[in-house]
Amino acid sequence: MDLTTAVDVSGLSLTTITLFIPLIGLFALLFLNGETQKEQIKWTAFGFSIAAFIASILMWVNFDASDGGLQMVQRNDWANIAVGDSTINISYYVGVDGISLLLVLLTTFIMPIAMLSSFNSQIFEERGREKLYYIFMMLLEFAMLGVFVVHDLIIFYVFWEVTLVPMYFLIGIWGAEQRIYAAVKFFLYTMAGSILMLIAILYVGNTAGTFAAPEVTAMVQEYSDAENPDATFWDREPVVAETAEGEEVSEEEAGFLFTSVESFLFLGFLVAFAIKVPIWPFHSWLPDAHVQAPTAGSIILAGVLLKMGTYGIVRFNLTLFPEASVAWGPTIAALGVIGILYGAWVSYAQDNVKKLVAYSSVSHLGFVVLGIFALNAQGVQGATLQMVNHGLSTGGLFLIVGILYERWHTKEMADYGGIWKVMPAFGAISLIITLSSMGLPGLNGFVGEFTILLGSLGSDYLGFFFTLFATIGVILAAVYLLKMFQHVFMGEHNNPLSNTEKYKVQWYEMTALVLLVLVIIWIGVQPGTFFNMLDQSANNIVAQYSLEAQEVLGELAQKVVMLGP
Amino acid sequence: MFVEPTFADLNLGVTLPAVWLLVAACILLMVDLFLPDERKSLTPYLAMGSLVISFILNLFTYNPEQTTALNEMFKADAFTGFLNIVLLIAAFISILLSTDYLKRTKINKGEYYVLLLLSTAGAMFMVGANDLIIVFIALELLSIPLYILAAFRSLNKEQVDMASKSEESGMKYFILGAFSSAFLVYGSALVYGATGTTNIPAIFESVSVIISTTEPTSSPFFLLAGAGLLLVGLGFKVAVVPFHMWTPDVYEGAPTPVTAFMSVVAKVGGFASLLRVMVTGLATFTLVDGDPAAWQTTITIVAIATLILGNFVAIAQRNIKRLLAYSSIAHAGYIIMAVAAAGTAGVENSATQGALVYLLAYMFTNLGAFAVAMAIEKDDGTGVDLDDLKGLAKSNPMLAMAMAVFMLSLTGIPLTAGFVGKLLIFQATVNAGLIGLAVIGVLTSVVSAFYYVRVIVNMYLDVDAEGDPAAGATPYLQWAVNVSLAGTMILGIIFPLATNLVSMVQIV
Repeated sequence: MDLTTAVDVSGLSLTTITLFIPLIGLFALLFLNGETQKEQIKWTAFGFSIAAFIASILMWVNFDASDGGLQMVQRNDWANIAVGDSTINISYYVGVDGISLLLVLLTTFIMPIAMLSSFNSQIFEERGREKLYYIFMMLLEFAMLGVFVVHDLIIFYVFWEVTLVPMYFLIGIWGAEQRIYAAVKFFLYTMAGSILMLIAILYVGNTAGTFAAPEVTAMVQEYSDAENPDATFWDREPVVAETAEGEEVSEEEAGFLFTSVESFLFLGFLVAFAIKVPIWPFHSWLPDAHVQAPTAGSIILAGVLLKMGTYGIVRFNLTLFPEASVAWGPTIAALGVIGILYGAWVSYAQDNVKKLVAYSSVSHLGFVVLGIFALNAQGVQGATLQMVNHGLSTGGLFLIVGILYERWHTKEMADYGGIWKVMPAFGAISLIITLSSMGLPGLNGFVGEFTILLGSLGSDYLGFFFTLFATIGVILAAVYLLKMFQHVFMGEHNNPLSNTEKYKVQWYEMTALVLLVLVIIWIGVQPGTFFNMLDQSANNIVAQYSLEAQEVLGELAQKVVMLGP
Repeated sequence: MFVEPTFADLNLGVTLPAVWLLVAACILLMVDLFLPDERKSLTPYLAMGSLVISFILNLFTYNPEQTTALNEMFKADAFTGFLNIVLLIAAFISILLSTDYLKRTKINKGEYYVLLLLSTAGAMFMVGANDLIIVFIALELLSIPLYILAAFRSLNKEQVDMASKSEESGMKYFILGAFSSAFLVYGSALVYGATGTTNIPAIFESVSVIISTTEPTSSPFFLLAGAGLLLVGLGFKVAVVPFHMWTPDVYEGAPTPVTAFMSVVAKVGGFASLLRVMVTGLATFTLVDGDPAAWQTTITIVAIATLILGNFVAIAQRNIKRLLAYSSIAHAGYIIMAVAAAGTAGVENSATQGALVYLLAYMFTNLGAFAVAMAIEKDDGTGVDLDDLKGLAKSNPMLAMAMAVFMLSLTGIPLTAGFVGKLLIFQATVNAGLIGLAVIGVLTSVVSAFYYVRVIVNMYLDVDAEGDPAAGATPYLQWAVNVSLAGTMILGIIFPLATNLVSMVQIV
């Protein structure tokens, strides 16, 4: 990573501008009257989300894909935090590489779609408070963008925690019947995970003397101790010590996993991210939150919020704790694979459409986790693209469910059937989105999953069985998604609406769907555009994991590789 | 040989903020006596005026130098200056909260404001105390008015229930407080016996002599016992477990503005003395060479017990005042984490800075939360159950929004002051190597989220409830809420503000 470009930059970078557009939107909304200016509020919020999208497109235009480091960087000193008798500066440090940029684009793309989905929604007839709703939407977009572009660990934590508040209110105020339970569970569950990360962050900062993640990464990679080749940046006294009675490899490994500082730090970060993803077995908040959230909330939750977890793993776990990533990698990847199968299995058992889609997230994100811990360029590239794909397809599925719910007020699959006959265009688009979620070649899902499977097959750390079981998951996805499509869209239409006007899909709903489908097809037929963006950045992160680089990592990693299945 | 101190030696100038407040209280007592009944409403304005003057004096005397006064008995450094600001703002907001409350509960007496000023002055002396004797005298000056204030509601004999509760509250506080003062005095005596001085910096110097001496001597044990008794005495004031028993009853029975006032001012005074005595005085006191201070383990255990008990018991509370009482116990736990961290060499100053920022954040947030509780409280003292918050988001959206921010701040969610305080304290704890304590600290924060979030649930998520219009939301109270809200948000969003303010604070 080129640190010289990262430091001496002043003035407003494009990243800053994109990041702050939603916040300006929030302040603009404060000046509008919540009772009399409902239309203006809606359009102001929508306008600012479009502005953020345009700004992020400009970032893409200015992005140099041949450079894997951070671009459009801005760094300003901010607060000094005391450590002993000296201080560490917490800096406003933003910038994007390919991975960040792709997720920024996803965020700014999904937000207007989520807003379109709630135009004239019935939730406002029941609960009102449009102004508060759009204020929370803007705050949520600001916080999510912050998570993806910030590289100072403390500020990252600030944005990370702030996303909780608007989402909590979105579920809690505009959600369905069980919303209070779901909102509180969401809040407590995710806060419990992330707050341990704060301790890990503080420990990292105190050890490294800085909270700027790229600088810490450089220190971790450059650290070497001639007298003690096994020492790492985090464990100056390596735990890989000889035991009294003839040391065995497995004991050493266990020693590293459960006693080394690096391992604890790795887990401190990982638990926060794992709950957000959610990696099995940390997923129990997700179905509740998804089912109770209003449509826009579900779209954002599935589309962007969950990606913060997988992004965090790529950005921080993989770069800051290389030895622990290698040591824990197979275990976490195994949890990912369990998630793929478990999610698919539980999805199939659901009668509630929204719950089915929610559990499918657990399954799809299992692929992402598998790709990340393949620890090679293909795996990470595939995982990042799959984050975007899942955001588009699952976001789309929630949009479909939301459109149906607006009309029939039920989430039970049994109450639907034959929708295609009464809403043909809507049915066709839904089919494309369902197929994309299933991983049909030619659509986006296929590209991501295929690359991940390739990556895991070629991984130096994961065995053949990971790929095998994951592939079974691809087949299962077809099973539960087709079941859903069949029950909802095919067959006889037994539950006709009294008001036939409602069969018409509104323009805003159609716009959102068509936009999603266009991008889904674009990624499907021309994935090169996106892989090109990710190429160097992913290489940058995984370069240290290639086997040649393992010499630097010490013997431990080698042994773990041999141990792997 | 005893040299008669000259007036210049007293260096009275730097003690002016506190001394002025004492003088102002005495003047106010006289003025109030001669004010005709129809002009009695002037008293709170005069009290606020004296606080403002003290605030200005404090800005003039605020300096980063370690200046002493009153024959080295009083220290005026950045620590004193910063905490004086916290105390004065707290007293000011408390008066804003009191004026209308006293009228509508029919206990409007001028002495109330005099006692409030005296108590504030006591806390200010405590903050600047550089000698165990001053610690004791200031503690009494802080406490005795508080005993009376806690029982103030017994003046209104018509409401028998509230009057007897308030009487009980004052009596309980008084008896237990007197008891704890005895511990403090005994502790001071033992420390004096071991070191031969009551001056805190002098204690620091003789500690290094005591621990380096090789001859068998009983001094370390006197010192250890003395430090323990001092911890008991001060621990009572700041309400840490196991010296917290009085808190819920006293908080519930006392008039709400008094509860708000003492939850902040007594804590600031107590923690200031705890830091001065333990860190400035006994930082190097170890039984084994090279270890952290001998009291660190004890305080760590106290901190853990306080965090766990405070947060878990708060979950079961249905009354907002009791909930805030237990929450204030829990927050004492977070602040005492910083005291524990200060036991490690090298971390003393940063831990102290963390504690100060936390106190500032806690002051704004807690006063704000009490203000909202007062707004929904009925004239007869009822209406402060959690269920009474239902529908507040509809009946008074501004109050509900403020309360939500205060609750998030007490939880420690970023962009509020509470987060900054917690961040600095956890940073100091991690820095001091007390990782286990830090982990318990963050995990109990999650527990606290449970009961704080429930307040928000009651206000916002229960959409069908129709709230009573908040009866007590008078203009003055609105101002108190606004000031607290502004403080909470500004500190939280622009947090270099807080860190820069305390960066001058050097305690050792």
